[in-house]
Amino acid sequence: MASHSTSPPPAPPSTTSPDRRPRGARRSGAGGTLRNGRGDRITIALMLGVPALLVLGLVWLPALVTVVLSFTRWDGIGGWDTIEWTGVQNYVDAFTIYPPFQPALSNNLIWLVVLFTVPTVLGMFLAVLLDREMRGGAVYQSIFYMPVVLSLALIGFIWQLIYSRDQGLLNSFLAFAADAPPVDWFGDPDLNLYAVLVAAGWRHTGYIMLLYLAGLKAVDPSLREAAAIDGAGPVRTFTHVVFPALLPINLVVVVVTVIDALRAFDIVWVINRGRNGLELISALVTSNVIGEASRVGFGSALAVIMLLISVVFIVVYVATMLRGARR
Amino acid sequence: MSTSTTTPESPASEERTVRAETPRRRLRPGRVLLHLFLIGTALAWFFPVLWAVINSFRDYDHTAVHGYLSLGGFTLDNYTRAWEQGELPQYFLNSLIITVPAVLITLFLASCAAFVLSHHSRRFNLVMLAVFLAANLLPPQALLVPLFRMYTSIPLPYWISSSGSLYDSHLGIVLIHVAFQLGFCTFVLSNFMKAMPPSLLEAARIDGATVFQQYRRVVLPLCRPSLAALATLLVTWVYNDFFWALALLSSGDKLPVTTALQNLQGAFFLDYNLLSAGSILVALPTLVVFFLLQRHFVAGLTLGASKE
Repeated sequence: MASHSTSPPPAPPSTTSPDRRPRGARRSGAGGTLRNGRGDRITIALMLGVPALLVLGLVWLPALVTVVLSFTRWDGIGGWDTIEWTGVQNYVDAFTIYPPFQPALSNNLIWLVVLFTVPTVLGMFLAVLLDREMRGGAVYQSIFYMPVVLSLALIGFIWQLIYSRDQGLLNSFLAFAADAPPVDWFGDPDLNLYAVLVAAGWRHTGYIMLLYLAGLKAVDPSLREAAAIDGAGPVRTFTHVVFPALLPINLVVVVVTVIDALRAFDIVWVINRGRNGLELISALVTSNVIGEASRVGFGSALAVIMLLISVVFIVVYVATMLRGARR
Repeated sequence: MSTSTTTPESPASEERTVRAETPRRRLRPGRVLLHLFLIGTALAWFFPVLWAVINSFRDYDHTAVHGYLSLGGFTLDNYTRAWEQGELPQYFLNSLIITVPAVLITLFLASCAAFVLSHHSRRFNLVMLAVFLAANLLPPQALLVPLFRMYTSIPLPYWISSSGSLYDSHLGIVLIHVAFQLGFCTFVLSNFMKAMPPSLLEAARIDGATVFQQYRRVVLPLCRPSLAALATLLVTWVYNDFFWALALLSSGDKLPVTTALQNLQGAFFLDYNLLSAGSILVALPTLVVFFLLQRHFVAGLTLGASKE
């Protein structure tokens, strides 16, 4: 990959000045072949090279170094020579002697399953309902995806007003309606993950709805008409005709949901830094790396586990997207 | 290319559905049920924000005594106090200093890369697009350690960064946002540019336009709608970032407002009305973008996904 950023090929024996070439200098004017002078080649190299360098240098290179660091022990402060090679010890430790790891893995999994079962399905359902001419359709749509523009950190705050033990709406209401004792929604380790997921799902639903709305608009209307002529009802039409036609959008939704579940971080960090029932891999990596006990190698091993899971889905996503782009 | 297949279809189909609907404009039970369901869900959806807005206007002493299910005690004090005590002007300025350059640089570089990938390179085209696009989806935590180390060891003159390095500087945050968002934007823009008729560029080339002039005068003006959609999206994404500022800034007074919110929690202690006012203020820029530029925002979010 790196070779590409340095790819301006050796300058050809250019005959004219790069900038202003008389038209006659071209061998075949409108031939459609890309024959550029030296100035143009430099421009092209810069136009692609600078962005490529940024992506490779600030994203891919650190990702690779993280993989290497995951096999070491390092405090992150000393020079590179203080790095100790430890093989797969960090990975063994993560699975055996690091108590928050198992809960984090299972919490991430629960996060994923819940996002898939409730907000994704609800988002798709709303999209199907709203994909027609109806009064107020635009208003409904705006309300459902409004949470998408809010940051998850902010969403954590907004929901605190509902969930707070002493001042939250939910407990006030429960005490008023059922005389129930106050519940610490964000603090109780058996409950807080689900309370947080309601807030996260609140945002995710709108996003999924938008994706499906776009997908549904692109479905060829003649397909539906054909199904209607064949006597299929709306449900059958959806399950047998429309849904299969949504395959690319379904893939995107799967990937978006998995990646979101894996990258979930802000909201738990805002609430309690991902402890006490809200352990997530992303929060563990962060606290191992920027926390007091900076354990770089170990944190990197956790990060690599994240990376491995996401790479599978990234490959699916990129392949889907590029299949569309190639044509 | 691929999207264009739907355009000739849609006016006709719209007409058809409209025509099919006119005879049954009367209230059908199905329609009523549909609207009842949608209204109920929409109210539930809007409620959390509405609740924050209501509480932000209420006096803490009033709600502390009468509870949150009471009425009355309306005031604007929370906003002035959140603004002053929370030092929000400083944090908003930081957000501005980070967001504006990050968005502009990302769009400029992404459009450059997309231009080359769609019109001037054929060999590495797909590989490069894959490299760009995949980078956008990597978990940020997976880059943290090396990036932290890299940032601390890159020196910067003090007039750029008071820390003397890329770490704890706004420039560093801008750079990582640019690097991260380039992938998605390049992909979207290159799709868009590929759909342009090649004859346009050829005409410019015959007129002796350099590559950069072709980009600047021919391609870029045509990309305006995509750029607007992406800009809207990028503004919300960069403004909403929490993680990078948390990880790569250490001075409290450099934090953007989204990340500073966490410190406000301490400053506001347990005055939830004050916290609501702070949250609403922080949400305001994105909500304004949302209400004013909704069309662009939706277009942007679905740009990447609706291809095919």
